[in-house]
Amino acid sequence: MGQVRAGPGPDTVTREAVTRMRAAPLSPLAAPALAGPGLSVRLGRLAFLAAVFLAYAIVFAPIVMVVVTSFFDQEIVTFPPDGLTIRWYLNAWAQRDFARGFLTSLQIALAATAIGVPLGTAAALALVRATIPGRGFINTVLLAPLAVPAIVAGSALYMFYLRAEDWLDMDIKATLGGLVAANVLITIPWTVRLVTASLAGLDRAAEEAAANLGARPLTVFTRITLPMLRPGIVAAALFSFVASFENLELNLLLVGPGRTTLPVAMLSYLEFRMDPTLAAVATAQILMVTILMLVTDRFVKLSRIV
Amino acid sequence: MGTLLLDGVSKRYGEAVAVDRVDLDIRQGELVALLGPSGCGKTTTLRMVAGFIEPTAGRVVIGGRDVTRLPPYARDTGMVFQSYALFPHMSVADNVGFGLEMRKVARAERDRRVAEALRLVRLDALADRLPRQLSGGQQQRVALARALVVSPAVFLLDEPLSNLDAKLRAEVGLEIRELQKRLGLTTLMVTHDQDEALAMADRLVVMEHGRVLQVGTAEDLYERPANTFVAGFVGRCNLLPGAREGADVFRLTSGAAVPCAPDAAAPGGLLAIRPERIEVAPDPAGAGRLRAMTYLGGRTEYHLDLAGEAIVAVSPTPLPDDPRRRLNAGDPVRITWIPDAARVIPTADAASVTPTPEKSPAR
Ligand SMILES: Nc1ncnc2c1ncn2[C@@H]1O[C@H](COP(=O)(O)OP(=O)(O)OP(=O)(O)O)[C@@H](O)[C@H]1O
Ligand SMILES: [Mg+2]
Repeated sequence: MGQVRAGPGPDTVTREAVTRMRAAPLSPLAAPALAGPGLSVRLGRLAFLAAVFLAYAIVFAPIVMVVVTSFFDQEIVTFPPDGLTIRWYLNAWAQRDFARGFLTSLQIALAATAIGVPLGTAAALALVRATIPGRGFINTVLLAPLAVPAIVAGSALYMFYLRAEDWLDMDIKATLGGLVAANVLITIPWTVRLVTASLAGLDRAAEEAAANLGARPLTVFTRITLPMLRPGIVAAALFSFVASFENLELNLLLVGPGRTTLPVAMLSYLEFRMDPTLAAVATAQILMVTILMLVTDRFVKLSRIV
Repeated sequence: MGTLLLDGVSKRYGEAVAVDRVDLDIRQGELVALLGPSGCGKTTTLRMVAGFIEPTAGRVVIGGRDVTRLPPYARDTGMVFQSYALFPHMSVADNVGFGLEMRKVARAERDRRVAEALRLVRLDALADRLPRQLSGGQQQRVALARALVVSPAVFLLDEPLSNLDAKLRAEVGLEIRELQKRLGLTTLMVTHDQDEALAMADRLVVMEHGRVLQVGTAEDLYERPANTFVAGFVGRCNLLPGAREGADVFRLTSGAAVPCAPDAAAPGGLLAIRPERIEVAPDPAGAGRLRAMTYLGGRTEYHLDLAGEAIVAVSPTPLPDDPRRRLNAGDPVRITWIPDAARVIPTADAASVTPTPEKSPAR
């Protein structure tokens, strides 16, 4: 709806500017013609700012809505609110499932990141640097989990885990190990993607300069390559962690009683209640991710990488 | 001791020959420049010396030791990269100290030598900066200091001035030359800028299609080019086809007879003569004709026609009352040069410019 209004704005301005500029050299009285483009340039800039603002508004509207409704003092959200409260936060705190889910999700996401980032980085190095046959195919396979709908991957893993439990005669589903293994499927592709991009932009001459100064290959890697890749790796860790932490579909079938992730716990809560407690939990998560990003950004400029 | 010997060094990529049997002997403390058009194999040659590219054939010998099969870190070369290739995450001092650290030089000694190297390139005040906080010229000097500080047996420069603006280029070029002389560094430099090469090098190597066409001092190349390519590439040159008719007479294909330097070895081919060696004077009976005159401040260029042959002459701009100032396009002129200024280059030499037989003729 907003875009419809924003559309004709800049367009009209541009056409106007073009007409005036074309008219300018013909006009013997240059002064008014010169004022014309100045005005339309200013109008154009205004329209541009409006469009930018609108885009941000559209992106942030849902987030703002979630945060705002988490303070509404009624079970069924209506406008205007009856009043403001923090009781949904207290309720969320009181729900043991959320606290346990949070801890489980945290454990899984941390472990999956700790495993996936080194593996993904190694894979990215091999893909970009080594001459291995079928490089394109391997790259596609490594990125595939991002393309396959998570619910499909989750179902496949569920069936695979059941089979594996039969063969190996051990628990896999709903164990920490099983869940971490599944989440590595998220952290590896994210890492491969971001580190591959970082590697492609890396100046090989710096590595050659180090070798020229007497550094052996391993020293070149630890002293030059890794530090230069650091922003990419940090970003990979951040995105891997967040993607794993907030993942619902992949874990949906793999969790079990006593070991549930936060998103799954939220979904279960939704089956019985529809109050703003979920908005409160979501707000807490938004806060966590924001802080994580701000802290990361202090060390590496995320905007330069992603 | 730093001497560098290339012995029949070649590099081929499949069918294509990037460097073709290059022989080169660089003495201790000498600066030799590889000069040639784009794609002639300069960078490939330099990188084979540094060890980043393994030659297909031939030997690279540094200080008497055959290093052909050694990896880069085991060769004693100091290279300045075209892009400078500074370590972005290290301070200027750490960049410069890296080579010493790799050589396990003790901390105190290392600090002392880093400070000294930075003083040498006049960057001691910026030791704690990161590379991205430096200007292009300063980064270039860090790269120089980093390569110099380890006192390499061979100093390698890949187009060291190409990222600098015209004014800085001449200045830094002189600085490098001064440092190189003062430290007695055996140096191989790559450039495609002939002015740079002429100004800095003890000897120049003109390459084309991966092959060395001529090795010599600036004067050798300028006064006695071995073939038409060198004549045309190093400085400007008029090349007039024809054949020798006497000891010092050359008959142009267009019919005119002109003076040339006596040289028994060159019966025919092309007459090579530099624009600034040609005298132009107004003369109603002159055989030449002025087609255009370009005033360039200190110099004036005359575009001449001698019996259908286009010739360029350059001379210091004459005083305002000189008759040459009143020349107009179309005026008849007398074109003269002393015989020794015009050398006959045999056309047989032109064959060495054509691609080698190993290269597939198709494609
Ligand atoms: N990896 C490669 N594979 C195939 N051909 C190559 C490769 N590297 C270089 N060449 C070819 O070898 C030839 C010499 O290249 P080189 O980079 O040495 O040229 P150059 O003299 O340094 O040119 P420039 O002045 O443009 O830097 C070129 O024709 C180039 O196309
Ligand atoms: Mg090159």
